[in-house]
Amino acid sequence: MARTGPAERPLSPHLQIYKPSITMVMSILHRITGAALFFGTLLLVIALVALASGSSAYGTVQAIYGSIPGKLVLFGYSWALFHHMCGGIRHFVWDTGAGLERGTRMKLAWGTLFASLGLTVLAFVAYLAG
Amino acid sequence: MSQQSSSSLRTPLGRVRGLGAAKSGTDHFWKSRVTAVANVPLTIAFVVIMLMLSKRDYAGAVKLVGQPLVAILLLLFIGSATYHMRLGMQVIIEDYVHSEGKKVALLMLNTFFAIAVGLASAYAILKIGFAG
Repeated sequence: MARTGPAERPLSPHLQIYKPSITMVMSILHRITGAALFFGTLLLVIALVALASGSSAYGTVQAIYGSIPGKLVLFGYSWALFHHMCGGIRHFVWDTGAGLERGTRMKLAWGTLFASLGLTVLAFVAYLAG
Repeated sequence: MSQQSSSSLRTPLGRVRGLGAAKSGTDHFWKSRVTAVANVPLTIAFVVIMLMLSKRDYAGAVKLVGQPLVAILLLLFIGSATYHMRLGMQVIIEDYVHSEGKKVALLMLNTFFAIAVGLASAYAILKIGFAG
């Protein structure tokens, strides 16, 4: 009998087939942080519109953002921002055709993670000290 | 044959060569990279401004955002970031949403969201800046 619909089996191997590698994890994280930052812009627009609306609106936003869950979200947002920025810089290197050798790309991937965590801690220390 | 093609010296093959399946060539890639390059210094400026903002009350915050340099940096960041995130979310939608109707609807929502966030932020910054 002729097959009419698409095949039920997977046509190409997908994520679960592969052993996780740091380059793969950083690639996935780059997309996840990008998507998170997309929605994270709501945090910025809410704060700015509240600031433009007046002191009572801004006070409400300050109270929410300054609460423990609020601070946790902002901490996560700043890590996502730094991580996506560092991942972007890694992509600039790759765009030139450089850094694609096995050893170098592994170092770049780990470097992305350490740099983003370092920058997040730095910003947090600046927040506590400032 | 259309009017345009009969009046052009370029062959149909010459017109589509290098444009790929999406018919837009490297346009999407290039815009994504240009905004990404701009986003690096603007993101650092944005984080510094947010850290300064976190230490101020309402009056202090209005004064800070109302300063021309701060307002301009925030406007540049918002313009570049919302453009970049629209391009990025477009790729995510195209990768994972295969139903044509749902895909078109989400691509439209993506554009609406990016423009709404960008314009609302820009309006707020300008209002604060011009009021002072």
